[in-house]
Amino acid sequence: MIEFRDVTATYPDATRPTIKNVRLHVDEGELCLVVGRTGTGKTTLLRLINGLFPHFTGGVLSGQVTVCGRDTATSRPRDLADLVGVVGQDPRSHFVTDTVEDELAYTMESLGLAPDVMRRRVEETLDLLGLVELRRRPLDTLSGGQRQRVAIGAALTAHPRILVLDEPTSALDPPAAEDVLAALQRLVHDLAITVVISEHRLERVVHYADRVLYLPGDGSLRDGAPAEILKDTPVAPPVVELGRIAGWDPLPLSVRDARRRATALRDALTACPNVSQATKASVTPVTVELNDVRVAYGNRPVLNGVNLAFHAGEITALMGRNGAGKTTLLRTLVGLHRPLSGTVVIGGVGPRALSPSLLLQRIGLVPQDAADLLYAATIAEECAAADEDAHATQGTCAALLNEIAPDLSFTQAPRDLSEGQRLSVVLAIVMTAAPQVLLLDEPTRGLDYRAKERLASVLRRFARAGTTVIIATHDVELTADLASRMIVLADGDVVVDGHTADVAVSSPAFAPQIAKVLAPLPWLTVGDVAESLGVLP
Amino acid sequence: MTRAFPRNLHPAAWWLWALALLTAASRSTNLAVLAMILTVAWVVVKRRRSDAPWARAFRLFLRLGLIVLAIRFVAQVLFGMPIGAPVLFTLPEIGLPRWAAGITFGGPVTAPSVLAAFADGARLAVMLALIGAANTLANPKRLLASLPAALYEVGVAVVVALSFAPSLIVAVGRVREARRLRGRNDRGIRGVLTVAAPVLEDALERSLALAAAMDSRGYGRRGPVSSRMNTVTTMLFSAGLVGIALGLFGLLDSSTPSLVTVVALACGVTAAAGGLALAGKRGVRTRYRPDRWDRPEQLTAGVALIAAGITVWASFADPAALNPPIGVLAWPAMPLPVVGALLLAAAPAFVTPPPVLTQEAEPTFEATR
Repeated sequence: MIEFRDVTATYPDATRPTIKNVRLHVDEGELCLVVGRTGTGKTTLLRLINGLFPHFTGGVLSGQVTVCGRDTATSRPRDLADLVGVVGQDPRSHFVTDTVEDELAYTMESLGLAPDVMRRRVEETLDLLGLVELRRRPLDTLSGGQRQRVAIGAALTAHPRILVLDEPTSALDPPAAEDVLAALQRLVHDLAITVVISEHRLERVVHYADRVLYLPGDGSLRDGAPAEILKDTPVAPPVVELGRIAGWDPLPLSVRDARRRATALRDALTACPNVSQATKASVTPVTVELNDVRVAYGNRPVLNGVNLAFHAGEITALMGRNGAGKTTLLRTLVGLHRPLSGTVVIGGVGPRALSPSLLLQRIGLVPQDAADLLYAATIAEECAAADEDAHATQGTCAALLNEIAPDLSFTQAPRDLSEGQRLSVVLAIVMTAAPQVLLLDEPTRGLDYRAKERLASVLRRFARAGTTVIIATHDVELTADLASRMIVLADGDVVVDGHTADVAVSSPAFAPQIAKVLAPLPWLTVGDVAESLGVLP
Repeated sequence: MTRAFPRNLHPAAWWLWALALLTAASRSTNLAVLAMILTVAWVVVKRRRSDAPWARAFRLFLRLGLIVLAIRFVAQVLFGMPIGAPVLFTLPEIGLPRWAAGITFGGPVTAPSVLAAFADGARLAVMLALIGAANTLANPKRLLASLPAALYEVGVAVVVALSFAPSLIVAVGRVREARRLRGRNDRGIRGVLTVAAPVLEDALERSLALAAAMDSRGYGRRGPVSSRMNTVTTMLFSAGLVGIALGLFGLLDSSTPSLVTVVALACGVTAAAGGLALAGKRGVRTRYRPDRWDRPEQLTAGVALIAAGITVWASFADPAALNPPIGVLAWPAMPLPVVGALLLAAAPAFVTPPPVLTQEAEPTFEATR
C-alpha cells in the first residue's frame, strides 16, 4: 500500500534532513504506530504519505514515495484524496464547513459521490463515532474531543484505503479516546484499512498496533513488532516499563498481558511498604479560592456554583470529560471569564482587579493553545522578554527552559517548533514569574515520556517551594505520578474531590495502567514500584 | 392550521427576500416607510432565525447602522449647508483658508436640513440592517454551496477571504488574552499595535493550514476533460464577456441604438451561461442534501419581489410620498400601496416553517406540535 524507497526529506532552510534514507513498506490492513521523541519528524513522516510534503510544505524530497502505485511526487494531495484520509493535529484549523453534517460530507462532495451514497455514509459515520446528537451543531460550538471525532469522521466518510492520523487522541478524555481507537481498530479489522497513526500516549494505542515505526531522531527509522522495538526505546508506556523492571520477555503491551504475568510481582510487592501513600501533605495556607462561582456561555451553564480552595504547595489534577468545564474553571481563575455570580479570591483580591503584571506574579496560566503566547523571532528573544515582563534576573527563563527541554536550540524561531516544544517554551515563560499559583491546561499534549518526566520534576520543585499547581488534564498517568489531589468535574459540578491514590484506585476510568495491573494493591506508578522493589527504573 | 414541520429555508430565498427589501429601502427617504421596513425585517429575523453563531449578525449590523446614522448626522451639523427654516441653533463659523473655499464649517443649523440628513442616514442604516438580516437568516456559506459548479471554486476563495476578517477579530482576542497572561498591559494603542504582527502571522498560518486540509480532502479535483472542450469553454467565456461589455456600454451611452444594446447583452449573457455550463462539467463535485426550493421559498422570494416592485413603482408614480421634498417640515405620509406591500413582505415570518434549532438534541414538544 505504502512504499518508501530511500526517502530523504529536507525542509527549506534546514541544515540537515528531517527524514534520511528511509525504506518502508506498509501492507494493506496494517495498523502502524509512529513513535519517537518530540520533534523527531513524526509529522513529516505522515505528511510524506499524502504528498503534503513537499507539495505544501516546500522542501526537497529525494527517493520515491508511492501510495497504491501513485507517486506522490507527481500526484498532489487532492489527487490522493480518494486513497488517503488525513486527520491533523489541530482539527479546528482544518474544518472547511460550518456544521457537523456538512463537514462529514465535504470530502465526498469533492470526490463527486452520488447523493444517496453520501447520505448513507454520513449516517453510518455519525453512528460509528457517536455524533448523532451533534449532527446539526455548528462546529464552533463543539468541545475539543467532539471536534476531533468530527475530523476523524470527515476523513472516514470517503472510505479511504489509508488513514493517516497525527495524534488523534491528544485532546480527548480517556473514554472518548477509547471510543476513537476502538472505531479505528474496527476499521482495520472489518475493512482492512491501512492506518498510520502517531501518538505520544502509547498506553492508549500500542496494544492495537501491528507494527511500530520508531524515529530515534537522527532521521533514520526502525520498524518492527511493538514488543521488539519498545525493548530499548526512550519512549515507552508504563506497562512496558513495568515489564522492563520485572524482566518479562516478550514485553507486555496491554494491561491484560501484564496482569496475567504479574502474579509473582504482586506477591513480592505485598511484602513491601507502599510508597505512594507515605506522602501525605500537611495543611498549608489557602492561596486561591472559588466561592459559589457560576459561569455561563449565553444560556448554557458551564460552572454551576463551584466551591473550591487550593493550598500552597499542593498539586491538583483537574479531570473530567471533554466539555466538563475544566478550561473554563482555569480561565475564570485568571480572570479571563467574569463569573455571573460568586467570587474568585487570590491572596485577598479578585483576578480582574489586578493589572496584568501584578496578576502574573500571583497566578500564571499555560493555555491549551500555548503558541498564542509566543511572538518573538527566536527563543532567546522570548526568554529575554519573559525575564523583563516578570522583573526576573536575566537568564531565569533560559535556565528553566534548559531544564524542561535541554535539546532546544535558542536561535530557533518559536513558530518552527513542534507543538510539544512550543509548550515547553511557554511553560518556561510562565514559570519565570514564579507565580504563587500555576495553572496548566493540558500541558502534556505533544510531550513525550521523557519531556513529561522533566515537566513533572520541575512542577514538583515549584510545589515544594510553596507554589499551588493546578493541572487540567486527561492524562491519568501524569495525574498518578504528580498530583496529590484529584478533582473530577462533570457538567459544571465538582463530583469527586479527594486524594489521588484513593480516587485513582477506586475508578477504572481514572486508574493509571500500573494500578490496573497491580490492583488491589495501591501502587500507581512505575517509579513507586521500582522504589519499593529497590531497583532502578 | 397545523404548524409546519421545522426546516431551514433555502438560503437563496432569504437573500432574495432581503435584497428585494433593500431595493425598496433604497428608493425612499420617507422615515415612516423606512421604519416600517426595519420593523418587518426585525419581526422576520426574530421569528425565523436559528440559534447558530452566525444568527447573531443582525444586532451587529444594527449597531453598524446606528454608527453610520450618527456620522451622517454630525457631518450635516458641522459641514452642511443650511436649508429652509427654522434655525435650530447657530454654531460659531470658522473661516477656512482659501484652498478649502466652498466648505463651510459651523454656521446656522436648520431643522429641515437636520431632518434630511437623518432620513438619508436612516436609509443607509436600514439597508445595512437588511444585509444583517440576510446573514442572520441564512448562513452565507450555505448560499455558496448553491452556486453553479463552475463558480464554486471562485466562491470558496471569496468566502475564505471574507472569513479572514472574523478570524482576525478572534485572533486579536486570543493574542490580547495571551498578552495578559504574559503580564503585559492589554490596553492602549501600544497594546493594540504590538498584537498586529502575531495576529497577522496567526491568521496567515491558519489560512495555510486550511488550504492544506482542503487540498488533502480533494478540493479542486478535475475530471478528465479534452483539450478541445477547454478551448470551447474559454472561447464562450471570452465572447460572453465582450458581449456583456458592449451591452453595458450601450446602456450608458445614449447615442447607441437600443437594438444593438439589447442584442449585444443577450448574446453576451447566453455565451457566458454556455461557458459556465460547460465549465461546470469539468468539476466532479456533487452536493450532499441540497437545499430544497419549495412553496415556502417561492412565497418568501415572491412576496419580497412584489413588495419591492410596488415600492419602486410608487417611487415613480408618487415621488413626493416616498421622497418628501427637502426643506419642508411635515409628518411623512404613508402611501397605502406601499404599506400593503410591506405588510405582505412580513408574511414569511408567519407562514414559513420555523427554523431548526441546532443546540437541542431532542425536538421539543413545542416545535413538533
